Order: sequence, then structure tokens, then C-alpha cells
Amino acid sequence: MPRPRGVPEKSKDFTGAIKRLFKSLDKWRYLVIMSLIIAIISAILGLITPNQLSNLTDTISEGIKPQMNEKIITEIMTSEEISEEDKMSFMESLKKLEENSKEDNKNEKNEENYDKSLTILSELPKSIQDKISPKMDLEKITTVAFILLMLHVVSALLNFVQSFTMTTVSNNFAKSLRSNISIKINKLPLKFFDTHETGDVLSRITNDVDQIAQNLNQSLATLVTSFTLLIGSTIMMFITNYIMAITAILASVIGFSLMAVILSKSQKYFTARQKELGKMNGHIEEVYSGHNVIKAYNATNYVTEEFDDLNEKLYTCNRKSQFLSGLMGPIMGFVGNLGYVAVCIVGAILTTNNIITFGVIVAFMIYVRMFTNPLSQIAQAMTSLQSTAAASERVFEFLDEKEMPIEKTNKKLIREKVKGNIEFKNVKFGYNDDKTIIKNFSAKAKPGQKIAIVGPTGAGKTTMVNLLMKFYDIKDGEILIDGISTKDLTRENIHDLFIMVLQDTWLFEGTVRDNLNFNSKVSDETIWDACSTVGVDHFIKTLPGQLDAKIDNSDSISQGQKQLLTIARGMIKDAPFLILDEATSSVDTRTEELVQKAMDKLTIGRTSFIIAHRLSTIKNANLILVMNEGNIIEQGTHDELMKKNGFYADLYNSQFKK
Amino acid sequence: MIKVLKNLTKKDIYMIIFCFLLMVSQVYLELKIPEFMSKITRLVQTGSGTIGEILEQGGYMLLCSLLSLATAVIIGYFASILSSSLSLKLRSKIFNKVESFGMEEIKKFSTSSLITRTTNDVTQIEMTIAMGLQMMIKAPIMAIWAVTKILNKSIEWSMLTGLGVVILLITITIIMIIVIPRFERVQKLTDKVNGVTSENLNGIRVIHAFNAEEFQENRFDEVNTNLTKTQMFNQRMFSIMSPVMMLVNHSLTLGIYFVGAYLISEAGLLNKITLFSDMVVFSSYGMQVIMSFLMLAMIFMMIPRAQISAKRINEVLDEDNSIKDGDFDGETEEKGTIEFKNVSFKYPDADEKIIDNISFSVNKGETVAFIGSTGSGKSTLINLIPRFYDVTEGEILIDGINIKDYKQTCLHNKIGYIPQKAVMFTGTVKENITYGDNGKKKPTDKEVEKAIEIAQAKDFVKKMDGVLDAHIARGGTNISGGQKQRLAIARAIARNPEIYIFDDSFSALDYKTDLTLRKELKKYTKDSTNLIVAQRIGTIVNADKIVVLDKGKCVGIGTHKELLKNCEIYKEIALSQLSKEELENA
Repeated sequence: MPRPRGVPEKSKDFTGAIKRLFKSLDKWRYLVIMSLIIAIISAILGLITPNQLSNLTDTISEGIKPQMNEKIITEIMTSEEISEEDKMSFMESLKKLEENSKEDNKNEKNEENYDKSLTILSELPKSIQDKISPKMDLEKITTVAFILLMLHVVSALLNFVQSFTMTTVSNNFAKSLRSNISIKINKLPLKFFDTHETGDVLSRITNDVDQIAQNLNQSLATLVTSFTLLIGSTIMMFITNYIMAITAILASVIGFSLMAVILSKSQKYFTARQKELGKMNGHIEEVYSGHNVIKAYNATNYVTEEFDDLNEKLYTCNRKSQFLSGLMGPIMGFVGNLGYVAVCIVGAILTTNNIITFGVIVAFMIYVRMFTNPLSQIAQAMTSLQSTAAASERVFEFLDEKEMPIEKTNKKLIREKVKGNIEFKNVKFGYNDDKTIIKNFSAKAKPGQKIAIVGPTGAGKTTMVNLLMKFYDIKDGEILIDGISTKDLTRENIHDLFIMVLQDTWLFEGTVRDNLNFNSKVSDETIWDACSTVGVDHFIKTLPGQLDAKIDNSDSISQGQKQLLTIARGMIKDAPFLILDEATSSVDTRTEELVQKAMDKLTIGRTSFIIAHRLSTIKNANLILVMNEGNIIEQGTHDELMKKNGFYADLYNSQFKK
Repeated sequence: MIKVLKNLTKKDIYMIIFCFLLMVSQVYLELKIPEFMSKITRLVQTGSGTIGEILEQGGYMLLCSLLSLATAVIIGYFASILSSSLSLKLRSKIFNKVESFGMEEIKKFSTSSLITRTTNDVTQIEMTIAMGLQMMIKAPIMAIWAVTKILNKSIEWSMLTGLGVVILLITITIIMIIVIPRFERVQKLTDKVNGVTSENLNGIRVIHAFNAEEFQENRFDEVNTNLTKTQMFNQRMFSIMSPVMMLVNHSLTLGIYFVGAYLISEAGLLNKITLFSDMVVFSSYGMQVIMSFLMLAMIFMMIPRAQISAKRINEVLDEDNSIKDGDFDGETEEKGTIEFKNVSFKYPDADEKIIDNISFSVNKGETVAFIGSTGSGKSTLINLIPRFYDVTEGEILIDGINIKDYKQTCLHNKIGYIPQKAVMFTGTVKENITYGDNGKKKPTDKEVEKAIEIAQAKDFVKKMDGVLDAHIARGGTNISGGQKQRLAIARAIARNPEIYIFDDSFSALDYKTDLTLRKELKKYTKDSTNLIVAQRIGTIVNADKIVVLDKGKCVGIGTHKELLKNCEIYKEIALSQLSKEELENA
């Protein structure tokens, strides 16, 4: 059954599944390792940048403050280029500045004073201003900026290479998983498909594989990068300043515990939402596909009531999960700001005490981000890794299904040399070990004979097909083809001897030619011969491209034509045995006649097993096997069975009774 | 999309306006934060600030941040109510609309498409509203506000920011233009992979029988390779996106600082410090501008998808219901009579009539059978009676009253309809049999048991776990086709209708069960009128009247014996199923 998408699910054995996943990645080992190393390098580069940025900021801020130290003052005072008048005003300004800074201590209004000081200085004559004016070390700034730019470019390039490699790996991995599943399908015993739903296998080949590939692509590198950043930024922070480091980490952790609470809550509602959505889908599907019955039985109110109920529940889950998940972004923003303020305040205290420079604060503003971002990314990557584990468990579970045993035998029957004898000898069979449905069945068919299999619906007529084709192994007894037990023959060999035409016509999307000479290579001439014998040649001639026309199993070709095409396919194979499932009346009368004629032609010269619906077939059969509830309950010719007046006679007569 | 949004109520609109106002204040707060940042920077930078001052500014900043968080929470709350109540309304509207549809409309859209329209498309809209509404309002406010904040600060910095925005938008646009058409191809190729696999699964016996495993694997390999190639190309294109975005973001900050250094070095003494703090502020506003443009870009990516969904939803809601309810809801004098008067039917967009001028009448208690090749219109004909489709010409009378004049519930109360493909609902056996409403009391357990017995379902129901309360899985997957068919018949019997309509309902039953069932039914429903569509001659030989259809026209009405003599087509059908002698014996 197709799972509802997006349900966060738990794997049965997380580490086991992940280990297995990595093992299967072995083929791309070097690419994966390379990609991970690149991710680490790129993260380390990212860690260096705040230091450089702090360097840059420091250099710039150096260029703001007026140069007012003893050395400059003496230099000015002793300078011969500066006029005495200018020197006088400079002395005055210095006095004013001193007074100003005295006021500083009385007055809290620091900023205004600073501005006042600047005003005092800017009123100085030009010659002096030139001396004290801050010098921006533009050369150093250019160098640092260039280094930073290079760091960014290299980091971006590495990032690109890394995700390019991971994309290549994950897509090739997905491809190999898909093709492994596809190959596996044909190696599994038929029993698997009789007990599993097609949708389940399909969902593994697409949804699950997609999920694995996507998550692998994103999570793996994210995890590595995030951990590197997390560890790296912690180390860098502590190296730079431990007080600031503790502040930053503390602020982020507080924010994160808040987020973790919300995350776990919203997860609950997301699961609930997915469940409700699944229920809703189920209900809608049921109601829409049973529309005519619901109308005819006046059940509209009833289904609407149930719908409204489900709709209301879905609404509640929707609202809650959306609200909570919508909170994540703003909270992240708040945690960021909290960290920022904390860093600024502590930083300011430390700066005023001359323990650190302003550049350190700028660096920490980035470190805080480098510390908080990976935390949330790791959380996300872990959840997606969870679902990867669950998905890969399902894929591996399928790949681990028991395959059909490989048969070792030296006996082989050549198609052209087989006479066409078949014998059932005390055959016992059951689909389950505890229930035998065919108990001790024996029968013989000579070359060219017709064996009809009849019985009510669900009587197990396909069981005979399963046994003849060795789709299932018999429990006891033997089936002999020309005297050789099928146990001693390979399945391929047996399949080679049989033509099988089933009622469920099966055509695949491809040309008419590919569909007809399915896996056998015969000339177009042979194909046309078979088609004209069957009577489908006119139909093929009406198709654009004739034998090259593309066809598929959809409704574009009528059921009757499909049946004729599958009969032609059997005709082309030309094997000594035939298994034929007669058409019931699902096609119109005229086509039905055509199909039946074609089927009659197919039986000529072949030992045929026919799941019969037509009385004429049954009556002419050399042997009739009557089946009910899985077992063969009567066997004999029509006349013999009628004389016996048992189940068959009853079945036969029921067609005419009132 | 706009049409879909019209489903919002006045209350919702007020909520949106309220959210808009909140959003404006949120943007105000968010943009205020860099100002405090700059003040703090300045205080720290000049070393002139006391701890008290820094704490004060820091407190303001945190307060702003907290208030912004609070508004975000309130907005998020309203947005979640808005989007989920819109989806609630839309789903309910679509569902009710579909429930009012006739089969014609259902057929037009197809069931599976209607299901995706009710679920996936609505969810798509819901997601767009939930995420988009906030972004759609916030991004423009943010972009405009942030731009005005920085515009008068410095042309050089503004130009740098502009350049960053342009580079980002161009990268995104180029990638999208290349990738979006390939997305559709990926979808198609995924369908192909699915297709080949399900072909393989469905034809597993044939493939084994022809030893064609390798042939099949090669076919799979081809589509698999194609899918992988296209998928890989797409993802590789996407792997350009994030490095470019990061590079632009980082380079912008770097550029602003670099250009800032030159600007500061050239500025007068007084301006230097102002410029410096401007620079710090600008780098964060610049980031905001870029973020809001990225948000806008995301919205433009989301809207087309939502637009498609909205269109699909509107198609359903705008569909005119072809079946109009009548108003007769009383007791009729006649019971169980049917009359077709020159009835013709064709699908609205078809040229050919499926039913062409058919007239006949059925008396109370009669059994009338319809036979003909596939496409002869026999199923369509009886589907006209419960008004799954309305006649194009002519009229159908039940109990002497035109079916169009009945209230549909009243009409349906007279009918026990069993479709070609038995429909089962999740629930118990009993719930399935007493399904719906027939204007009378719900059948008692005894009546249900009786219905099951007549429908020949007693044997297997008895064996089921819980008997009448046994669980029927969704779609009836836990019982066989023949069993479903029998329960569907029991459902009709339990309804105790005037008229039974069997739309080829016996095909899944074997001859023997078919015969016993019809015998029992005949005994029980002596007074009911039976209409039977059948493929097997055996099922209908005993009908009071057989209507032979060919290409929508009635080519013969009469009993089996009469038709054998005078109806060529009937004879042909009969001969294809039974031999001459058997026909004569019958």
C-alpha cells in the first residue's frame, strides 16, 4: 500500500540501516570521502573569515580616531612647518579637551562630549589637522579585503564541487538501487507477488529511492559541515576570548532549548496531520469512486457528515502544525538577536576595559551565527536521516527477499525435439505449508490432446498454470514432460516449451514488433504470417507505422485486439505445449468469434491446457479437469462426467435450468 | 487564485488587515534593530559609552526583538487560522459540489482527478497561503522600507547592494528557466519508470513464460538511465545556487566595508565616526534588502504552482450541474412501472447518439433483460433511470411520473441499483448492507440476514470474523470480486425497492451461483420489477421481455423464443455462446 508521504517515521534499526546504506555506497567510496573532505575544508575556511573580517574592521576603526598621543603632540610643537599661531590654537584646544574630559566623569553624557571634542579638533588650523587626522591604512585594508574575497570565492567553489560530487554520487546510487530492485523483481518467486501489492513495490522503487537519494545528497554534507562549524566555531571562540565564548554559547543554548520544545510539539501535530490527511484521502477516494451507489442509495448526507467530521479534524491539526512550524523562523531570528546583544554587551564591557578590540566583537557577531546555524541544521539533518533509514530499510528489505533457488541440472529438453507428453503423478500442492489444496492428483496427456480445466469462479484454475509453468513448486509427486520430471529441468527450460496466453492480456509500451516477437528474434515475415493466421493483420495495417507503431496496455486498443495480439505472440513462439485462458464475454460478439477462431488455431498440434468457458471446447476436450475450492474434484471426458452426475453435470446443467 | 481567495469571509479580511498592520509594525521593529545595533557599535567603538548606556541600548534592541517575535507569533496564529480555514472551506465546497454532480460531470473530470483536486490541490493552496501570505505582505514592505533607509546614506553602498540583488535575481532566473521544463520531464520519466515497473509486475507470469527477464531489464535500464541523467542535471544546476547566494551575501558585506574604508579615509574628521557606524548599519540593511528580494523571488516561484491548483479547483466549482432536482416527493399511485418514451441520449460533446429513440414499457413485477454487444448502450440505458445521466430526448416515466419531476431522493428510494463493479465501503458487513437511506427505517438484523441469504452470501459471511460485524477493508480488498458482487446485491435487497436494476451484476458469479441467486431473488421479489443487463444468454433466457440493443438502437423486443426466430442479432449472440442443440434444449 502506498504510504502517505511526508510522515516522519521511525526505522526499526537506525544504526543498522545507516551502516548498510554506507556499505552499499562503497562503490563511490572515493567520491564520498572526497566530498566530505571538501566539506570540512570549506567549513574551516568559513571559520577563518571572521578573524580576517575582525582584522579588517580593526584596521578601518584605527583610521577613525584622531592621533592624539604624546609623540604627535611633541612632533607638532617642534615642527618648523607649522606657524606659531597655529601652535597656539592647538595648545588652547588641548586645554579645552582636558576640561571636557574632566566633565566626562561628572557627566554621564559621554557621546555628546566625544562629539564636542571632535568639534574642537576640527576647528584647528589645517596644518595641524593634517598631522593629527587619522591615517587609514588603505594598503592593509586592500590586502585583507583581497584575502577575504579569495576565501569567499574558494569557499564557494569548494561548496559547488562538493555538492556537484554528492549529486553525482546520490543519483548514481539511486539509479543502481532502482535497477537492483527491477532485477530483483524477476528473481522473486511468484508467491511474493501473489501476497504483496504492486503499489508497495512501486512505492519502494520511486518514493523510497527518491527519499534516500535526496536526503543523502543534502544531509550528509550538511552534517559534516555543521559539525565542523560547530566544533570549529567553539574552538575559535575560546581561542579568541573565553568570556565572550561562554556568553555566546550560553545565549544560543537558551534559545535552542526553547526551540527544541516547540519542535517536538509540532512534530506531534505533523504526524497527526498526516494521519488525518490519509483518512481524508481514503474517505474521498471511496466516496468519489462509489458516486453512483451513494446517489442511488441516498447516502449523500451520510458521507457528507463523515466528511465534515474528518475535515474539521484535519483543520485542527493543520492549524496547530502550521502555527507551530511557522514559529521556527521568528524564534531563530530572536535567538540570533539574543546572542548578538549578549555578545555586544559583554564585548562592550571588555572593550571599555581594554581587554579586547572592537574587531573581536565583530568577529563574535559572526561566530554566534556560525554556532547557532549548525545546531538547527544538525537537528534537521538528523530527522531526515531518520526517514532515510526508514526508507532504506524498506528498500533493503525488498532486496533481501528470498529469491527463487538456482537450479542445477544437466538435463535439457530441446523445444523442437519434444513430443508433447505430459504426466501428473500423485501431485500434491498447497500455497501454504499447512493447507494442501491439490491432494494426490494424477493424469496423463498425449501429444496434441486437449485438456479442459473447468470450475466456478475462484476454484483455483490458475493453480494449474502455476504448477505447469513451475511458478510454484509442487510439494510431492511429479510432473513429467516426455518422461523427465520438471524437478530436473530449469524453469527457463520449461518456460521455453510452453506457450501461455492468459485472459489478462499483457502488452507493454513499445512497438507492435517488440510486443509480438517478445524476446524471440524472428523475421517480420514470420510475424506477418502469424498475424494473418490469427486475423489481426488488418488491424496492424491500420496502425501508423504498422509493426513499428507504438502500443501499450491502455484502453486505446480494444480488449479483443489485445487478445488477438497476445495470441499472435504465442503463435510466433511456436512451442509444443499450450496454456490457454479462454476469453469470457468481455468483448463484443464478432470479435469474440474471431478470438475464438484464433485460439482454436493455436491449439492445433499442441498439447493444450485450456481454462475453458465455452461448452464446445469443454465437450471436445480429451480430458476435463473439474476444480472446486482449489482441488481437482472430478476428471474425465464430458460424457463420462455427465454419466457420473456429479459436480460437473450440475455445473453444466445449471446453464439451462430455470 | 483571486477567485479562490473570494472564499475568504469578512472576518478573514479583517484578520488580513489586522495582520497587515501587525506586519508593518513588525517590519518597523525589525528595521529598528540595526539602529540600536549601530548605537551600540558607536558606543563600543568610541569607547565613550558606559556599561549602563550599552545595557540600555541592548535592552531596547532585545525589547524590539521580543516585540517582533510577539507580533510574528500573533501573525503566525492568524495566518494558520486563515490558511487552514480556507482549505477547510475549499475542501468542503469541492466535496459538496462533487456530491451534487451527475455521472456526466464525474466522467468529464475523472474520479482520480477529482480526488487530487479535493486533496492535493487544496493542500497546495493552503501551503501557499500559509507561507506566501506572510511573505507576500512582508517582502514588499521590507524591501521598500529597507531601501528608503539606506538610499540617502551612500550612493556607492546602494549601488553595491543593487548589484548584489541583480546578480542573485539573474542567477535564480537563469537556473529556473533551465530547470523548470526539466522538472516536468523528471515527472514524466518517473511515471515511465513506474510504468515499466508496473508492467513488469503485472506481466510477471508472461515475462517468466517467455524467459524475457533480461529483455525487461534492458527496457528498465533505458528509462532508469534517462531519469537519472535528467535528475542529475537538475540537481547539478541547483548546486550552483547556494554557493552563489553565499558568495553574493559575503561579498556584499565585504564590499561595503571595503568601499567604506575609502569613504571614511576621504571624509572630514567629524564625519568619519558617523560614516563608520553608518557602514555597520548599512551592511545589515543591505542584507535585509537582499533577503526581501529573495523572498519575492520565492513567491514568484510559488505563485504559478498555486495558480495551477486554483484553476483546477475553480474548474470543479464552476462546473454547471447538468442534473436539476425535481420537486415531487409524495406517494405515487402506480408502483413499479417503467416507461421509456422515444428516449435518446448522447454525451454533450459527442456527435453520435449512444441511445437512439428507444421506447418500451415495463409492468409491475416483470423482469426485463437488456442484451447486446459491448458499446451497444445497454448499460447507459439503465443508468438513465436513476438519473446518473439525463436523457437528451424523450422521457422516462416511473410509476407514471417523469423522473425529472421527482425529487432525486424520492426517485432513488424506489430503486435498488447494483452496479457493474460492486462498490464496498470501509466498515462492517452490516453497514455495507444497510448503506444509505431509503426513506424508511433502517433494516433490522433479521432483514439483513435474509438479504444475505437471498444474495447467496450467507456461506462466506458466516465464515467471516465477526459475521455481520466483520470488517470490510477499503474498497473491499479483503473479499473476492464474486463476494463483493453478492454483498452489493444483498444491499439492494435490504433496501426493499420497487425496482431492481442489475447492471451486469452477475458477471462475477459462476453459472451455478448465478442461477440459484436469481431463483431465490425471484421468489422473494415477486412484486418487484427487475431490469437486468447481461452478457450471458443463460442469465436472461427466462426474462419476461428481452430488449436487444445494437449501436444504441433497439433491434428487437420479445421473449427468448420469439427473438430466436425473428431477431438476427440476438441469434448471433446466442449462437456464439451456446450450440444449436443447447439453444433448442433451453
